[in-house]
Amino acid sequence: MPEQPQPFDDGRAINHTGAGGGTDLAMDEGESLEKTPGGPEGTGPDRKPRSLWSDAWHDLRRNPIFIISGLIIVFLVIISIWPQLIASGNPLDCDLSKAQEGSQPGHPFGFNGQGCDVYTRTVYGARASVQVGLFATLGVTLLGSVLGGLAGFYGGAWDGFLSRITDVFFAIPVILGGLVLLSVVSNNSVWPVIGFMVLLGWPQLSRIARGSVITVKQNDYVQAARALGASNSRMMLRHITPNALAPVIVVATIALGTYISLEATLSFLGVGLKPPTVSWGIDISSAAAYVRNAPHMLLWPSGALAITVLAFIMLGDAVRDALDPKLR
Amino acid sequence: MAEAILEVRDLHKHYPLTQGIVFKKQVGAVRAVDGVDFDLAAGETLGIVGESGCGKSTVAKMLVNLERPTSGAIRYKGEDISRLSPRALKAVRRNIQMVFQDPYTSLNPRMTVGDIIGEPYEIHPEVAPKGSRRQKVQDLLDVVGLNPEYINRYPHQFSGGQRQRIGIARGLALQPEIIVADEPVSALDVSVQAQVVNLLDNLQTEFSLSYVFIAHDLSIVRHISDRVGVMYLGRIVEIGTDAQIYDHPTHPYTQALLSAVPVPDPEARAHRERIILTGDVPSPANIPSGCRFRTRCWKAQERCTLEVPLLAVPAVFRLTDSPAKHDSACHFAEEKQVVPPEPGADGSDGPDGAGGSGIP
Amino acid sequence: MLLEVRDLHVEFHTREGIAKAVNGVDYSVDAGETLAVLGESGSGKSVTAQAVMGILDVPPGKITQGEILFQGQDLLKLKEEDRRKVRGAKMAMIFQDALSSLNPVLSVGDQLGEMFQVHKGMSRKDSKAKAVELMDRVRIPAAKERVGQYPHQFSGGMRQRIMIAMALALEPELIIADEPTTALDVTVQAQVMDLLAELQRELHMGLILITHDLGVVADVADKIAVMYAGRIVERAPVHEIYKAPAHPYTKGLLESIPRLDQKGQELYAIKGLPPNLLNIPPGCAFNPRCPLARDRCRTDVPPLYEVTESPVPRTSACHFWKECLHG
Repeated sequence: MPEQPQPFDDGRAINHTGAGGGTDLAMDEGESLEKTPGGPEGTGPDRKPRSLWSDAWHDLRRNPIFIISGLIIVFLVIISIWPQLIASGNPLDCDLSKAQEGSQPGHPFGFNGQGCDVYTRTVYGARASVQVGLFATLGVTLLGSVLGGLAGFYGGAWDGFLSRITDVFFAIPVILGGLVLLSVVSNNSVWPVIGFMVLLGWPQLSRIARGSVITVKQNDYVQAARALGASNSRMMLRHITPNALAPVIVVATIALGTYISLEATLSFLGVGLKPPTVSWGIDISSAAAYVRNAPHMLLWPSGALAITVLAFIMLGDAVRDALDPKLR
Repeated sequence: MAEAILEVRDLHKHYPLTQGIVFKKQVGAVRAVDGVDFDLAAGETLGIVGESGCGKSTVAKMLVNLERPTSGAIRYKGEDISRLSPRALKAVRRNIQMVFQDPYTSLNPRMTVGDIIGEPYEIHPEVAPKGSRRQKVQDLLDVVGLNPEYINRYPHQFSGGQRQRIGIARGLALQPEIIVADEPVSALDVSVQAQVVNLLDNLQTEFSLSYVFIAHDLSIVRHISDRVGVMYLGRIVEIGTDAQIYDHPTHPYTQALLSAVPVPDPEARAHRERIILTGDVPSPANIPSGCRFRTRCWKAQERCTLEVPLLAVPAVFRLTDSPAKHDSACHFAEEKQVVPPEPGADGSDGPDGAGGSGIP
Repeated sequence: MLLEVRDLHVEFHTREGIAKAVNGVDYSVDAGETLAVLGESGSGKSVTAQAVMGILDVPPGKITQGEILFQGQDLLKLKEEDRRKVRGAKMAMIFQDALSSLNPVLSVGDQLGEMFQVHKGMSRKDSKAKAVELMDRVRIPAAKERVGQYPHQFSGGMRQRIMIAMALALEPELIIADEPTTALDVTVQAQVMDLLAELQRELHMGLILITHDLGVVADVADKIAVMYAGRIVERAPVHEIYKAPAHPYTKGLLESIPRLDQKGQELYAIKGLPPNLLNIPPGCAFNPRCPLARDRCRTDVPPLYEVTESPVPRTSACHFWKECLHG
């Protein structure tokens, strides 16, 4: 049979002329309704079925932005697990006599204010950023989409209550909240920072999830399942979640980048991670004072941070394009 | 008439209109369905026609329990199904299934055709043992005229008409007795509509189904229905067999509706009498007193403002034998033939015979 | 001739390939005449109209061939600026969905008045008076009071009247109405079609009515062009086509619609589906669905055969039109 036009998220005929009334270019398949297996070109009907997820994957694989950002992210994840792979030194192994020295053999990025090797510290710094980014996003997404999804599904008083709560959280300025809340925690690890981000971040995701669930809930296929006697859990898991997930994933991927930069900001302000934890934010903070005489100390960690954030945001963009063909 | 399989009595659905965010106060109600009665006999097709906003889709949703009535009863084989426990309801649902209007939103885009048609069996595992399900789904695909090998495809790989067939197959899966079809062909192209209408016709005979067929297209309703009810602003204003309604309408709204339908025959242009109604349908939040059609009716008199006309055989026809003797909710019911008689058939009881006699 | 479309071809570039939406359309309409363009979705009827109006989205759309002569002048050769002057002033379009065609944040009076301010340089006050006059003309009750209201405060039928008023504002010579009543209820549809037909008579405009509804066509059209897969398959005066169609597609359509005045048996159904525009069948595009199809139909694209010459020429793009007409 002829190449089938796909994917159109909801299967609708694509509308080539957005404005100005329905054009009638329906892209129906040219198959005949008669029960002949295969069409004129003889491709069998059991050709590999393509779900919307596999269509999205098909698109992503052809998107250079996805490939570049994906490679950067894979690299980051690998070095955050095994930094020894590319950095043989110890990030805490410092020699004050070499403080602020520039690039030299064996130490391509030079030394920082305490005489630690900038290259090693930049490599080891990835771990904190990736940890904070991934876990904060995971926590925010789980909490936000469960709460928001339930609010969207059940509506009523629970929805009203949750909406007010999210309003309250939206009103809290993130940096100010971080300065206040994190300064009382003395635990020296990434978890308080992650916890803080989840606490302030979930309302954003819950709003997206709620809106997405409400949109999907109105579709006739959910009504059809209800008319068949499907239970609430069945409707939620089988019909609503898979269809409501796309916007949540998109927002979460983009948010991941912002959590990484938020961690750096908080560490810069001295309330995020604290030494001896190695983090780009801490290094940027300590390098800021010497930016005139030793700019290399600032350049490398902030460059690494910028590339990482950019990679995640680009990934989010690519994922959105793939999951939402209507935006194209 | 055969025994009624479904009886609908005084059905109401009011949506409250509220003001305020925290302390909600009801300030009124949208009376989407406002007192609907009808019977559905086993094996028959009841068509319900009306314009948008008349409440016909809300009736459909209540029949399949997607909406709970505000008041009134829906009795399936004598049992009121509108107030059942969730468990009892699940059992009843097997017997009353729905076909939706929009073939694009009624199929889950993330499920294969096999999963969509097979889902009823997962919800009601007693209908088909696990091993037999794939075969059953393929049989259903075959019944609705699709290639059984398409079982692993996704909805977006099908055209509108094919998707509607998938929706019909899903509706048939549990072997229901009643199918409520809400505008099942209005989203389809003309040449595909006929295919789907014929399919519904054939399935009715094959599986002895009863249909409630809801549509705004009067021609299609006539084609498929044994009896027809005309709805206006939440109520049935006239109900009868298709010949009674189409050839001998007595309610002015039915007459206006029928006369407004464009007839695909240019020759009819010159000698057709058309009743063009003035104004718009009033809001269901603010229904006129007395007869709800009076604001657009050319016959309206004071009595129409004061007295709600009942859906019953009008007094003037009660003792006659004419086809005009059917339920019509109008104080001044009078027969008027608005659809030109079938070419070829001689109008045995023309408009003039009954028309003059009826005026009180 | 007011408008003549000659051998128009339009393509769309999509991700899957080139969709041939319009493949050589010829039609014409004269002042005071109503041409109905009938077709299903994908037939190219709306795309042709958008090409005539000059509102085709380019890209993905592209006019690859053809002429659009308006009062003898080829619109496709005009500069965009001159084209814009023709649009609105000399030809206007009415869309199916009046709600999305009106700006929700401007009052209807402002939107109607804007036409006069932009094209005629009228003052705000004068243009408002003109807006009220137009609303009266399309019989919107209490026009004076309602001129300041917003689109959502009007019912569907009233909104469509506002669209008609807008199209008529500058007294164009040609109106293109793309499914103007499809979204409306039958009783309102009758009101709007009556209004449109009456205004057309009064102002002696040409009207191109694009629709899939054979009933509406029978009610108002003078002549009809049936489109299928981007081509015209039959052109005829309206009375003749309903009596005796000369193309199997037209014939199938006429037989497949249920009639209000008849309780038929099984409906005739055209088998199969409209073709995929990315892959139009060779030969006659209708051949896979046609009961008369034979070998020649699968290889030779049928030209428009002349069926009769009498007063309005009648043509059919079927090799076997004689069989269809008489059989």
